[in-house]
Amino acid sequence: MRPADTPGSARFRQASRGSRRRALALVATGVIAAPLMAACGSSSNGSGVPTVNWYIGAQAGGWIENAVTTCNAQNKGKFSIKQQDLPSRATDQREQLVRRLAANDSSIDLIGMDVIWTAEFANAGWLKAFPEAAQAKLSDGVLKGPLASGTYQGKLYAAPFTSNTQLLWYRKDKVGAPGKDFTWGQMVDQAVAKQMQVQIQGAQAESMTVTFNTLLESAGGTFVNDPSKGADASISLAQKPTVLALAALKKLATSSAANPELNTSNEDSSRAAFEKGNSLYEINYPFIYPSAAAVKGLQQNLGWARYPEVVAGAKSRPPLGGFNIGIAKHSKHQDVDVAAASCIVQDSNQLFAAENGGNPPTKGALFDKISKAKYPFADVMRDSINDAAPRPVTPAYNDISLAVQETLVPLSQINPEKTANSLRTLAKAALKSEAVL
Amino acid sequence: MTTLAPASHGPGTRRRGKPILTDRDKAERRLGLRLVAPAVIVMLAVTVYPICYSIWLSIQRYNLRFPNDHKYVWLSNYGKILSSSVFWQDIRNTFLIVVVSVVLELILGLALALFMHRATFGRNIVRTAILLPYGIITVVSAFAFQFAVSPDLGGFWPWSPPLAGHTSSLFVIIATEVWKTTPFMSLLLLAGLATVPNDYVEAAKVDGANAWQRLIKVILPNMKAAVLVAVLFRTLDAVRIFDTVFIQTKGANKTATLSQLGYNQLINQLNLGLGSAVSILLFLIVIMVAFIFVKGFKTDLGQVRGER
Repeated sequence: MRPADTPGSARFRQASRGSRRRALALVATGVIAAPLMAACGSSSNGSGVPTVNWYIGAQAGGWIENAVTTCNAQNKGKFSIKQQDLPSRATDQREQLVRRLAANDSSIDLIGMDVIWTAEFANAGWLKAFPEAAQAKLSDGVLKGPLASGTYQGKLYAAPFTSNTQLLWYRKDKVGAPGKDFTWGQMVDQAVAKQMQVQIQGAQAESMTVTFNTLLESAGGTFVNDPSKGADASISLAQKPTVLALAALKKLATSSAANPELNTSNEDSSRAAFEKGNSLYEINYPFIYPSAAAVKGLQQNLGWARYPEVVAGAKSRPPLGGFNIGIAKHSKHQDVDVAAASCIVQDSNQLFAAENGGNPPTKGALFDKISKAKYPFADVMRDSINDAAPRPVTPAYNDISLAVQETLVPLSQINPEKTANSLRTLAKAALKSEAVL
Repeated sequence: MTTLAPASHGPGTRRRGKPILTDRDKAERRLGLRLVAPAVIVMLAVTVYPICYSIWLSIQRYNLRFPNDHKYVWLSNYGKILSSSVFWQDIRNTFLIVVVSVVLELILGLALALFMHRATFGRNIVRTAILLPYGIITVVSAFAFQFAVSPDLGGFWPWSPPLAGHTSSLFVIIATEVWKTTPFMSLLLLAGLATVPNDYVEAAKVDGANAWQRLIKVILPNMKAAVLVAVLFRTLDAVRIFDTVFIQTKGANKTATLSQLGYNQLINQLNLGLGSAVSILLFLIVIMVAFIFVKGFKTDLGQVRGER
């Protein structure tokens, strides 16, 4: 005799189908409800202490985690910062942020902002400016370039946290230290003579705009007149410096010193290419220094100097990078966010970021406190950042940058005079965010 | 697709274009309308409304990054797009990818379909093996091809890296598309092959036709409808190509496609006006392609669905 409800009997099948459907419904409810509940819980963690969600791309060296732990320990009972990862590439970070901020996403409290986003985010009304008291404190002792990068129309929208710039790296065992007024042209010629390569970033990405803007400013030009006027600003791109900058890029790209993969090389792939050993020079951020330790004999033979000049005798204007901390307009607890941001950018966290992540501080005085063993190029970094030319601080920066990339790619096909004209035309439309890119 | 199928004649006879309806006909018609109503409402909600909304957006200057600068500009967005070199570059890329990949897929797909049709042993294994690439997510196959040809990502490609150049990048994109979607093509063609009566082939054989003649003169003409539908589906799919390009080049080295242009305008630049105009243009191109196939080549969608 068989019990009625064994598997296989009709009644069992019916009953189990019903319960399966119920289970499915439960799962579905769970799937829908879970993120909602998570979202509700995100503004406080139950004990009444507000949670500050800090969105920032993951960084090597643990300096984000260090800032979070330090501040949470210092502010027990007041707030608790939670790190929320963004994608690894800056373009992808921006893409996620603008989409969420434009939709008034209130789960974003603090934003780890690339220096080039300030004007765009502030103009769109996605950021809350720091109150005057905090502004004075946060800008005290900060170098000019980094401070300007967080400021839009006279207000501080993003607290300077880390800075960055590119240096000229060379192989001490193959070539002597670059002399006074060392130019881009000399760099290429020397590499060609020695049948070695020069690593720069030629990928159709932000890094290409960084290189172009640096060369343009070093040649005495500028991209935008009075960028803070937004759409009412005007494109400068004077013919002479623009052509000089483009000719410099073309000279390298069409020489035997160019990496065959120049069209796809970004910061990390040019680092990897330099570590292969057949390169004489590399232009890159200081993160390549700790990385070089992994290659036998490379770090001892690695020399550094300021960015090469375009016109001999005119000092170069190195690029300016780094992270600032902004407060999202739709965050539910902005007073707490100000306190959290101020805590994150404190001196000890900046020093930690420099020594462990290679990202230099934004305060001039801190450069003297950095361990020379871990950061031997602190002095040339400080000078470079002091003289750095920031990329245009305009709300349409993203569009301008895309216009540069669209016009300059591939670098080997630049025709300086013609490319300068087409860049000016496209950049004019881009400045009004009306270019099809 | 339903709307494109030839309308079947309703009940009742037509005299001078005016149908005479009995009460029963009227009741049936009412019932029919009531039965399709839910489907029509859903279609209106999920397709017609978004399309109209896009058209409305496309005549405005509307960028979420510039909330204060919001006004009607009528057709100027379309003017900007049609006069930009980027748009025409993207059209060229899109159609190059469409034509080359669909032709290759048709040839390879037909070969695989013939093979599957004729396989006498291990049929299931052969079919599964051939269909496997179609079951792989496009993003995954795009990454696989990217890794394979990028030396710094561990690829085995011994020559200069193809994703660093314009033409070679398009070649990689096309190869990925062909590898991934040929199985779909061969599946549709296999269904077509099954409709060709074996008697015809046997008769041609008796008359002394060789294998090539049998394929060209007997098999293909008898499965023309299936071939056209397969090509139509693939073409419409390929015109909207996005994922492969997005993963492999992100549009670098001037390899962007139309979908990518729309994505950049809408997602990267939050430019709802220009982006919607790009989407509408892409929509018109897709309609045009479908129209050319259905009217120009007399593709009979009903036949494939087994209505006749």
